Amino acid sequence: MDLKGFIKNFSDQFDDTDSSVITAETNFHNLDEWSSLIALSIIAMVDEEYDVTLKGDDIKNAQTVEDLFNTVKAKL
Amino acid sequence: MAFLEFRNVRIAGISAGVPRFIASNLHPLNDDGISSEYTPEAFVETTGVLERRLSDTLTTSDLCYAAAEKLIAELGWERSEIEALVFVSQTADYILPATACILQDRLGLSKECYAEDVALGCSGWVYGLSNVASLLTNGSIKKALLLAGDAKKRANGARDPLFGHAGTATAVEYAEGDKGFQFHFGTDGSGYDAIITPDGGSRNQVSPASFELKQVEGKTMHRVQTRMKGMDVFSFGISTAPKSIKKLAEHFGFDYQESDYFVFHQANMKMNKMIAKKLKLVDEKVPTCMYHFGNTSSASIPLTIVTQLKDKCGNGKKFVCCGFGVGLSWGTVAFETNNIVMSKLVEVADEETDKVHVV
Repeated sequence: MDLKGFIKNFSDQFDDTDSSVITAETNFHNLDEWSSLIALSIIAMVDEEYDVTLKGDDIKNAQTVEDLFNTVKAKL
Repeated sequence: MAFLEFRNVRIAGISAGVPRFIASNLHPLNDDGISSEYTPEAFVETTGVLERRLSDTLTTSDLCYAAAEKLIAELGWERSEIEALVFVSQTADYILPATACILQDRLGLSKECYAEDVALGCSGWVYGLSNVASLLTNGSIKKALLLAGDAKKRANGARDPLFGHAGTATAVEYAEGDKGFQFHFGTDGSGYDAIITPDGGSRNQVSPASFELKQVEGKTMHRVQTRMKGMDVFSFGISTAPKSIKKLAEHFGFDYQESDYFVFHQANMKMNKMIAKKLKLVDEKVPTCMYHFGNTSSASIPLTIVTQLKDKCGNGKKFVCCGFGVGLSWGTVAFETNNIVMSKLVEVADEETDKVHVV
């Protein structure tokens, strides 16, 4: 899996946030649109695209999009 | 591997009772705990719960009672023939006695009656069905009622807009030669706190401190209310439910794609769509009722069947039903319909509470 593709899949889960705003370094918890509902979309996307099951703590403990990418990668 | 099969048993009928009052999630009431982190519209879109039924007076047993009365009448069953009653709920009328005992009396069943409560939630209908089926399979007891649902809570507090109130009745009977039921069950108690009511049991006895309001996962609640780790439950559901169905089909050697209907616990729309997608199911085979009734815990599978499939349950329809949630606990059952009596949805008035078994 590559970081660029992950960022694309990640930003696809947002409706109102421009994809240019979301980079590897983005602290996604601080995005205006971030909510527990978006978190469910992220969990579903990771399950579908990478066949990895994320827990709530995996999302909570990741600060940036790259942190979450690394969490998923470690579970592959 | 927790596989079970019970032959010579069939579902004779299903009914469901709900309160008359409809609460809309687009126009939340003061005591609806809609999180401030998203809009009502976003909540409805993601969860698929537009509205749900609520009552401040009717308990789960009141709703199950109304559903059972209607079903017994439509089946034409003699009450004296009903020798087992299983009540599945996490909102019993009293901490003790078992609500099944109260319902035996209220329904006028014989004292020669096996009655028990099962304290499970979203997986509970499937577990209850296996209990009842195991009691009936050798024909000693011929007729049984499975009453399942959740409604009025133990203590007031901000309501979770995901959940609605419902009580269902499933009539199960001995039927020689019937193919019966095939089950798969699983449990993962390491996730015991994914959905939990912390106080009021004996681990944490209820005290004034139990009612202190605190912030939990973005919501204000006390410790006699149920709290949920939504993300953990979501990942549990989308990974466990498809596996359970595949295991059941593999163990009993059938192609699950040939089943007519897949009735899942109505958790939330996003979760259920994901489960259906992972199993490659077409929408027509996956009925849902959460748009109008929300997540109704152990009532959600029979409530979906009654409200969505009332006229589509002709003979020989193949069902796969899967419940999953609090425990963590899950169960899947496969069966074929055979002359099922399906009552019209029973809408119960707030006054129709039990007036006798009250202290």
